[in-house]
Amino acid sequence: MERRRSRLTLLGVAPALFVLLFFAWPVAAIVARGLSGGGVTDVLRDASLRRVAWFTVWQAVLSTACAVALGLPLAFVLARYRFRGRSLVESLLVVPFVLPTVVVGAAFLALLHGEQSVRGVLLAHVFFNVPVVVRTVTPLWRKLDPRFADAARTLGAGRVQVWRNVTLPMLRQAVLAAAGIVFLFTFTSFGVVLLLGGPRRRTLEVEIYQRTAQQLDLRSAAALALVQLVALGGLLLWSSRSQARAAVRQRLADHTQPARLVVLVPVLLTAFALFGLPMVALARRAGRWSSAVGTVGRAALVMSLRTALIAAFVAAVLGAMAGVAIARQGRVSRWLDAGLMLPLGTSAVTVGFGLLITFNRAPVDLRGSAVIVPLAHALIGLPFVVRSVVPVLRSIDPRQRDAAAMLGATPAQTWWSIDAPLLRRGLLTGLAFAFAISLGEFGATSFLIRRGNPTLPTLIGELLGKPGVANNQQAYALAVILAIVTAVVMVLVDALNMRTDRA
Amino acid sequence: MHTKRPVLVTLAVALMLSASACSSSSSSTKEVVEGSTITLVTHDSFAVSDGILEAFTKASGITVTVAKGKDAGVMVNEAVLTKGKPVGDVLWGTDNTLLSRAVKEKIFRPYKSPELGKLDKAAVDLVPGGEATPVDRGDVCINTDTAYFAAKNLPAPTNLDELADPKYKDLFVAPSAATSSPGLAFLLATVAKYGPDKYVEYWKKLRANGVKIVDGWTTAYTVDFSGSSGKGTRPIVVSYGSSPPSEVTDPAAASAPTAVMESSCFRQVEFAGILAGTKHPLAAQKLIDFMLSDAFQADMPGQMYVFPARTDVKVPDAWAKFAVLPKTPLAVSPSDIATNRDKWIKQWNDAVLG
Repeated sequence: MERRRSRLTLLGVAPALFVLLFFAWPVAAIVARGLSGGGVTDVLRDASLRRVAWFTVWQAVLSTACAVALGLPLAFVLARYRFRGRSLVESLLVVPFVLPTVVVGAAFLALLHGEQSVRGVLLAHVFFNVPVVVRTVTPLWRKLDPRFADAARTLGAGRVQVWRNVTLPMLRQAVLAAAGIVFLFTFTSFGVVLLLGGPRRRTLEVEIYQRTAQQLDLRSAAALALVQLVALGGLLLWSSRSQARAAVRQRLADHTQPARLVVLVPVLLTAFALFGLPMVALARRAGRWSSAVGTVGRAALVMSLRTALIAAFVAAVLGAMAGVAIARQGRVSRWLDAGLMLPLGTSAVTVGFGLLITFNRAPVDLRGSAVIVPLAHALIGLPFVVRSVVPVLRSIDPRQRDAAAMLGATPAQTWWSIDAPLLRRGLLTGLAFAFAISLGEFGATSFLIRRGNPTLPTLIGELLGKPGVANNQQAYALAVILAIVTAVVMVLVDALNMRTDRA
Repeated sequence: MHTKRPVLVTLAVALMLSASACSSSSSSTKEVVEGSTITLVTHDSFAVSDGILEAFTKASGITVTVAKGKDAGVMVNEAVLTKGKPVGDVLWGTDNTLLSRAVKEKIFRPYKSPELGKLDKAAVDLVPGGEATPVDRGDVCINTDTAYFAAKNLPAPTNLDELADPKYKDLFVAPSAATSSPGLAFLLATVAKYGPDKYVEYWKKLRANGVKIVDGWTTAYTVDFSGSSGKGTRPIVVSYGSSPPSEVTDPAAASAPTAVMESSCFRQVEFAGILAGTKHPLAAQKLIDFMLSDAFQADMPGQMYVFPARTDVKVPDAWAKFAVLPKTPLAVSPSDIATNRDKWIKQWNDAVLG
């Protein structure tokens, strides 16, 4: 058994190398270049920077709290209730997450009558991140045995008490996993903060962008990147450990009940208000969009789909390996988990400029090569795959394995009949998420020098940079198309997921 | 399990390469232009009509791949970081606010095209050393929504001073000079007009008069401005001298829905340069020459919303009617910009956003 365990941990080597090669090395190179001049402490002593850092942290904490608070009721309804269209709602919920910030930001600005405020930032962060919470928490919640809660109720516990003492502890690791991702996303928020917060509210990400990309002030950019990395690295290690601790072994099987309309209706209505209204505002700016696609739009769509396929495949393969390794627990797995998350919390400029000065010799001159964008997307999708796989794997009751072994199954057979089906489900979820992320990715894509056709989000960005009503309408029409394509893909994957469940 | 292998192979290759620090043989070998492929590195606003680059390939035997990045500032800084090992052969899109940095860092291999005589002389004079070649021109100017002012029976502002007039309170939206290149250009326009000592005073007046600062041109023009797609609430915006033709939907219209305040225009010249360290200097020169050709220059207004650098190329009818290219725009010399850019942005930040 011990040997098997260590062999499984070895599966983590490939994803670890992937991250070291395409993330750690470039980032280390650019930071080292910036630090070589010295004088870093001067940068850190700057009082205005402390203000920026403080704003970055509190808006991220508040955004994460809001996203979790709004995401949990939705996750509950989707996990526990059977109702017509449930899986459709679940699939469609991914759509907001992939829409480019420029487009959503403009839709929100229109809804808020152009008012720039922290409120707008929070709203947009919730819009983008509630889907993450729901998609991460629902799969585990659906499999929690409700009889624990029922038993507690029978024994006289109130609803709040049951939630606090029974349901939440069993769910905690998935909630933490989701909150971790949301925190990273909002901590490094760039477009949303610029667009909706207005130029007075700046995050570290905005500051790093200005210093690196605009002023080529590598010294202070490196100092800021270091602050970002150290703070997030520590946080991630802590979060990874508390997630592992929070894992509760349990028998996992689907448990759903008929929907209660008193709960269902308000939750779904809130969800519609939050997601539907901005989508409508967005679609209304699209004008007549039959003309919008054109050859350029079609080429961008093909490019996006191809990139997403490669990225999702790479992320899924590496993510499955990493997931199995991480689910084994132990210090190595914690470091791996934190290491895989770190790219989400690092500025795209830092990584982009790092790649420029590391992979700069033929034949691995990756700068501007066709693989650089899918690789970057895979790097971003990887933690989502891991986080879809690990909570389920960790929750497997070891007695299920023991029982199989007792009945004469070899370790391989046990793994195949117990772990593999659960892994497959988490993996499909993660794969779909990685695919969707790649479809919608804008920040990193726009920073990498790239050949060939633009992806849909970068084309939308280009169009929004041009004058004229026609260009603007085309940009919004393409955003609607991006939303539809994502919805179709998610519905298909989820349908497939349900079929494998039944099989 | 075998999916692990590509990653390991890549790592091994990378390690081997960094170990064998052999440098490639330099320009001693004679370059064969015919059949070569060169890379044009550019910002994301670059666009040409279908067939233009193909025509170049047909005539010269040189294939051009376009590699796009983010904005012009990022592209120049990337070129500085990768000096000597450039990402491509020609860099398109360095403008006069970035030129000095590019020249000082020696990212370009100088080349004087035989076509230079046909270009706007003022633009050519910006690069006496021939480090880069001017390819297009345009101005960042105040645009106004004609219908708004007609409906309010208020004359549209005609000079920068008037923007601080209470008559126009809360009507003006501008992109931030810290995060947007037209925003920076407009800041430079005020420096040119009021001088480096007085321009901050002017911005304080604008602030008191309710100027709204947003992150970039897209938000200012397509969300807050009342005269374009966003139907916002502010009829005065920082945009380009070439924006009005794009707002005209009826080709026979006598006037455009938006107008340009000519006295506010700040000239932007874009340059293309051959990246130092290229292995295809001759092919790159041919591409620069082609960029100055009639076909390429005439294609630019429709695709990139800029005026050709050549003075003898015909622009589209709507441009001739509605776009503005002032004879004497506001200007700050590239070297002054290079020296003071960061200082001015900081001063502006403190005065307007602080």
